[in-house]
Order: sequence, then C-alpha cells, then structure tokens
Amino acid sequence: MNFYAFLAQLIEFVTALLLAPLFVGWVGQCRAWLQNRSAPPLLQTYYTLHKLFHKDVLLAHNASPLFRAAPYAIFACMALASAIVPTLSTTLILAPAADAVAFVGLFALARVFIALAAMDVGTAFGSLGSRREMLIGFLAEPALLMIFFTTSLISHSTSLSSIVGTLARTDFVIYPSLAFAGTAFVMVALAENARVPIDNPTTHLELTMIHEAMILEYSGRHLALIEWASALKLFAYSCLGIALFVPLGISATASPLALLTAAGFMLAKLAACGFGLALIETLSAKMRIFRAPEFLGTAFLLAVLAMLVHLLLGAGP
Amino acid sequence: MTLPAGLSLSLGSQLINLCAAVMLLLGFAMLAQRRILSLINLFMMQGMTLFASTLIVASTTGQSDLYVSAGMTLAFKVVALPWILHRLIRKLSVKWDIETILNIPTTMLFGIALVVIAFNVAQPISQLSGTIMRATIGIALACILLSFLMMITRSKAVPQAIAFLSMENSLFFAATSATYGMPMVVEIGVLFDLMVGMVVFGVSFFQIRQQFDSLDIRKMERIKEE
Repeated sequence: MNFYAFLAQLIEFVTALLLAPLFVGWVGQCRAWLQNRSAPPLLQTYYTLHKLFHKDVLLAHNASPLFRAAPYAIFACMALASAIVPTLSTTLILAPAADAVAFVGLFALARVFIALAAMDVGTAFGSLGSRREMLIGFLAEPALLMIFFTTSLISHSTSLSSIVGTLARTDFVIYPSLAFAGTAFVMVALAENARVPIDNPTTHLELTMIHEAMILEYSGRHLALIEWASALKLFAYSCLGIALFVPLGISATASPLALLTAAGFMLAKLAACGFGLALIETLSAKMRIFRAPEFLGTAFLLAVLAMLVHLLLGAGP
Repeated sequence: MTLPAGLSLSLGSQLINLCAAVMLLLGFAMLAQRRILSLINLFMMQGMTLFASTLIVASTTGQSDLYVSAGMTLAFKVVALPWILHRLIRKLSVKWDIETILNIPTTMLFGIALVVIAFNVAQPISQLSGTIMRATIGIALACILLSFLMMITRSKAVPQAIAFLSMENSLFFAATSATYGMPMVVEIGVLFDLMVGMVVFGVSFFQIRQQFDSLDIRKMERIKEE
C-alpha cells in the first residue's frame, strides 16, 4: 500500500514534468487550427526548452543573487504544486504536505519571487509587469480561495486529495454550487495563467504585456526554467479543474491497473480541456488592463454565490 | 465521513436545484451585460431554463397542466418575445451600448447583498411550503430582486423592458417552486398581458425616440409641467 502510494506519487510527478510542455504545445496547436494558421509542431515547447538549456546565461551588471535564485524557487513551487494535485490517484504521499489553502500560498510565493526578480534589474518594463501581475494576483487569489472553500464545504475537508476523493466517489449527485464554482474557476485560471482575456501569452508588444514583461531580462537556463514553470502552472490548473469539476475516472487506490485507466481518462480530458482553452482564447478579445478588476470581481462574486447556493440548497432536506 | 446532504434528494429535485442555480447565474449575467444583443440572448436562455425546470417538475410530480404551462413558456418566452425584441432593436438600430446609472461592479455587489436578503427572507416561507422544490424559493426571490435592480440601474428603455420580462420569468419560477404553478387561467392571462405589454413597449419606444432623439428614460423628466 505504502509502496504503491509512493509509486503513484512518483508517476504523477514525472507525468506532470514531462506532459506540461506537451500540453502547452497542444493548446498552441488548437489555437492555430482555430485561427486558420499553420500550427507549430506539437513538440515545439520541448525544442525551445532544449535550445534554452544549451545557451549561456546573460546577466545584467546590477543583478542581485535574488535574480539568479528566483527561477529555481519558482520552478520548485510549481513542481510541488503539480505534485499535490490528485490527477491520477487520490492516494498520494505528498498529499498531507499541503492542503488547498497552502496550494494557493504556493502560487503566491512563486508570484512574489517573479515580481521581485522583475524589479531587481530596474528596467521600466520589468517593474510595470510586476505591478500588473500583483494587481491581477491580489484580485484572483480571494476568488480562488472562495472556490476551494465551496468544495471544502461539500467534502468537509481542505485537503485536495479528500476533496477530490469525495467528489469522485460518491454516487452521482448534482451540486448546483459547483456550476458557479466551475465558472469562477475558469475565469481565475485564465487570469492566473496569463491567458487571452487578461494577457496575451504570444504578444511581442511590451506595453500590453503582463507575464512576458517580467521575464524580459532572463535568458538561457533561467528562462527555460521559468517557461517550464509556467507550463507546469497551466498543467496544474487544468488538472485541478478536471479533478474538482469532472472527477470521473480518478482512482481511489494506487494499483497499477487503476493508474493506467486513470491515465487514459486524464489524457482524454486534458486534450478536451486544451481545446476548450484554445476556443476561449480564440473567441474572446484581450481586455484593457483596467477591465481586469471587473472580470476578476465577477469571478469572486460567482465564487461567493457558489457558497451561498451551497448553504441554501446543499443543507436542505 | 458524513454523507453530503444532497444524497437524500431524488434526481428530479437535484435537476430542479441545478436549474434554479442556472437561473440565478443568468440573472447575474444579465446584470453584468453591457450589450443589448447579448442581453436578449441571455433572456432567451432564461426562458429555456424556465421551460426545462417546469418540464422536470411536471414529469416528477405528474401534474399534467404543467406540461401546457411549459409549452406556453417555450412558445412565448423562448421564441416569440426574443424574436420581437430582435426586430425592435433592429428597427431602432440600438445594438450595442447600454448605459448604466451605477457602474457594473457596484451593481454586482448590490446584487450579492440582495441574494443574501432574499435567502434569509425565503427561509421561513420555504418551511411552510410542501413541494419538492421548496429550497428554490429563495433563489426565485433573489432572481426577482435582481431583475428589479436591473430595472433601476439601467437608463435606456429597451434594457428596462427586458428586465421587466425577466422579472416575470422569475415570478413564474417562484410560482412553480412554491405551489406547482398558478391556475391555468391566470397563467394564460399573464402571458397575453405580456404580449400586449410588449406591443405597447414597442410603440412607446418609437414615441420616446421621436420625442427626445434618444431612448434615455431620464430625458422624460423634462416633460413635467412647470
């Protein structure tokens, strides 16, 4: 049992590390198809990472040790975050290490590091990007916490494993509050991963950048680690959304056969999720930065409504 | 681990609860909407949700007159009224902008406060009611209050008319959830009133625009006698 839990944890961690760049590539491919462009190869993100890891690191003269340490810290945060999301099985060794609130905290830690590193060298775009990132972050975090509180109310626990376990294993029950929480989660995920209505991940125009503006000064393996970390973040968010709102097929045990079935389900759901993300990005236009508070305010409101609806309907007869 | 409370409910009432939640979601979406065209589409979706929930109540409780009510909802609120509204805004050529008196985030905050009030007020009422969907009375009340709020905060005539229609939708929903619908005669009467009301709205829109060159209701304050 314990050995299998260890194995499940290991498999899940390695899967996340390896599949995250592929997932980013898949989203890019779907986006290109939908926009009638010829798509970059599916493995493009791996090629980019490979190229960046072999390049030299160029540092500004006034870069402090923080600037060099930040990519490793960010990567570590994202790796741990993707390790505690129950994607394949809910029996995980690391599950007691961090619950849903600590999970939000991990993202906040990574955000603080990347914002400090962006301001470190002192370029105008870096500090502009980090201010914007903090604005988005401070609006998105309460909404994310509220979503987790709603799911915690349903399952009477804040541990991600037991939340997903409860949602996946009870008989078929419709929770109306999850409809609200799911909508809010999609909005928060779009904002946190610098996706189109808030930020454009492929932009080359510095004035409209948020995430990209912060990493302009990075090069070589540092940039590769940050790129990989943001791929991991997108992967963790997608897996979390799948685990919370479409938990079909996530196994309770950690036996090899169950893991294999769960992996099949997960791949299918991730493919659908990536296509959905590309669809949202194609259908919506990028918002002005001052519209972002309204967008995220709506997400927070939906999350609060989810809680209210749960208290009214879920606690009924 | 204790079982979630939802487990003891049947599938039918779970679906009705889901419909209620969707009604509330659509109410907030309408409150946040800036474009008239999308507002009409949202109104149509609200009608569809109402149709679905009436149908589910009809099939789970076996009340055959609710099928007629559901059919009328489909014919009037999903097909006829949105079609008339689409025609109206095409003729008036007001597709896009909606002016609000309060800005939208503030309106949404007021909306949340209204939902809390509605849930509290409905708590004792739903304990008196014996229907399977008594928990949704609070949501229906919240939808009514949200439509009221939308009517107050919009300054143009067309969104106000849509808010009025959506309030009527929520009233139907409240009636279905509290007492399995109003008597058939009343429902038919209300629906025909709505149609006549829509015609009157349409005529008065043109009159207002002719008089003031705008659909802004606030300009009507000018015609007070001195």
